Amino acid sequence: MQAARRVTDKAVRIVFFTAAALAVLILIGIFGMLLVNGIRMFAEVSVSEFFFSNKWNPSAYGKSTYGILSLIVSTFLVTIGAMIIAIPLGVGTAAYLSEVADSRLRKFLKPTIELLAAIPSVAVGFIGIVLVGPFLARVFNLDNGLTALNGAILLAIMSLPTIITVAEDAIRSVPNSFKEGSYALGSNKWTTLVRVVLPASMSGIIAAIVLGMGRAIGETMTVLMATGNATEMPDSFFDPVRTMTATIAIELGEVPYGTTHYYSLFAVGAVLFLISLGVNLIAENLAARFRYKA
Amino acid sequence: MSLWSCGGPSDVTNMLIKGSDTEVNLALSLAETYMANDPKISIAVTGGGSGAGIAALINGKTEIANSSREMKDEEITLAKERGVNPLAIIFAVDALAIAVNGNSKIEELTTAQLGAIYRGDVKNWKEVGGADMNISLYGRQSSSGTYVYFRDNILKSDYATSLKQMNGTAQIVEGLKADPAGIGYVGVGYVVQEDGSITEGVKLVKVKLDANQTAYLPDKMENITSGNYPIVRPLFQYTNGKPTGELRNFMLYCLSDEGQKIVQGAGFYPVSKQYWAQNENVLNFTYASSKTSN
Repeated sequence: MQAARRVTDKAVRIVFFTAAALAVLILIGIFGMLLVNGIRMFAEVSVSEFFFSNKWNPSAYGKSTYGILSLIVSTFLVTIGAMIIAIPLGVGTAAYLSEVADSRLRKFLKPTIELLAAIPSVAVGFIGIVLVGPFLARVFNLDNGLTALNGAILLAIMSLPTIITVAEDAIRSVPNSFKEGSYALGSNKWTTLVRVVLPASMSGIIAAIVLGMGRAIGETMTVLMATGNATEMPDSFFDPVRTMTATIAIELGEVPYGTTHYYSLFAVGAVLFLISLGVNLIAENLAARFRYKA
Repeated sequence: MSLWSCGGPSDVTNMLIKGSDTEVNLALSLAETYMANDPKISIAVTGGGSGAGIAALINGKTEIANSSREMKDEEITLAKERGVNPLAIIFAVDALAIAVNGNSKIEELTTAQLGAIYRGDVKNWKEVGGADMNISLYGRQSSSGTYVYFRDNILKSDYATSLKQMNGTAQIVEGLKADPAGIGYVGVGYVVQEDGSITEGVKLVKVKLDANQTAYLPDKMENITSGNYPIVRPLFQYTNGKPTGELRNFMLYCLSDEGQKIVQGAGFYPVSKQYWAQNENVLNFTYASSKTSN
């Protein structure tokens, strides 16, 4: 009996260790593949052209150009715009859900918000083309609404469930004694929320924001459909943009293997991977600190 | 499979058609009806793009390469080096419509004006007879054969970087409906219904080769088959040398009245007269004189 249990224990441990190791190996493998393929483009394209030129046109009529600056700027423009919208909305909703709403309402609202995450990105993109885009064009008197702003609004909607869920958990895990202390000193509910509860859960809220940001940076289909994909360097939120993810999705399908264009898409992927990795490391770091506190 | 086993594989001639994704559904319909009439032949159709079909022909891996573009010089050289002698018939014609927003004042454009607009040399509608509005460009993505065809034949240079690269024809149409300053190119079958009516919310622009000619709309089939409408592209079937036997029979079937009806059912146009001589030469036959272009 005892021996059998020990064998089971060991087998299960090996299975789970393999699963964990596999995840790490796959991650290293993906980055290795991006790097090995991506680096080969520099045989024909200079590092400074790649990072500091804003002309991306690998399948040009004349000379191909491989500058990703406008793609990086586009990605950040859309992501930062999304965060400007999603952070106040998301944190506000999270605070409302955990501190203000009664439990019946919360039991209804929270799953509903989480359901937002289940909408396929292609559906969100379509809403961007037929609804949000034309609306923005009318409101801001633009020719068309396929702009960075359109993408930012859609990505904000898509990252809200992540932000709200994680931030709500963080806010709820603030010990009751903190609030009781605040009330005992004569603070009202609002002061307690803004001065005590939110600061106490700040690292968790930041982790929520960064996770939402990671969601926005990596999103492909929605921005591909809703932001116009013009390779021009955007001047403002009212210009069409073409993000790095959209570029890879558009071009990888029909690029001839083994060409500079093919390798350059892997290089774009590697840059995107590093950006996402950076964002996730920050999130991990903050989340770890938050766990320690709670 | 069951067909094979009862007849015995030796009785059945196998043929492969590979290439253009634009034509893959059409080629499939043609092959299926042909096989229904002649059980002794088995035709497999696959896509992959014009380039993939041509590569397969060069490598001796396919009997017919479907292509929506002519073979490039270097492809022909490569084929000759491998002992392949590529010859083409034109089995259908595809036309591109130029569409603008339904409220646009633009009636007609020359192909030179279209080129200037898409190159970004002409930036305002008033320069070509429209309202005082900045032109907003819609096109396909660089992986699309239509993107390349339009660039190589109309622009003869690179697209303006402000081109919004849409994820498919449907999105170009949606964009144009919402954008009073928009212009886009789409397959005629997409915006002109079978009864000749045009999709609501967009307007087609008459096109002519140069200023002295009459401009035509692609909404009537005779404008395309007569060669009056200038933005047409032939769809090719490439073979190695002059086809014989079953291969020739199948290609003749594609050009027959029945075959050309299938061509029209798939949203393309019958072979116009200017291509007849090339087809007659490659297939060693003569078009019946009674059969007019329309």
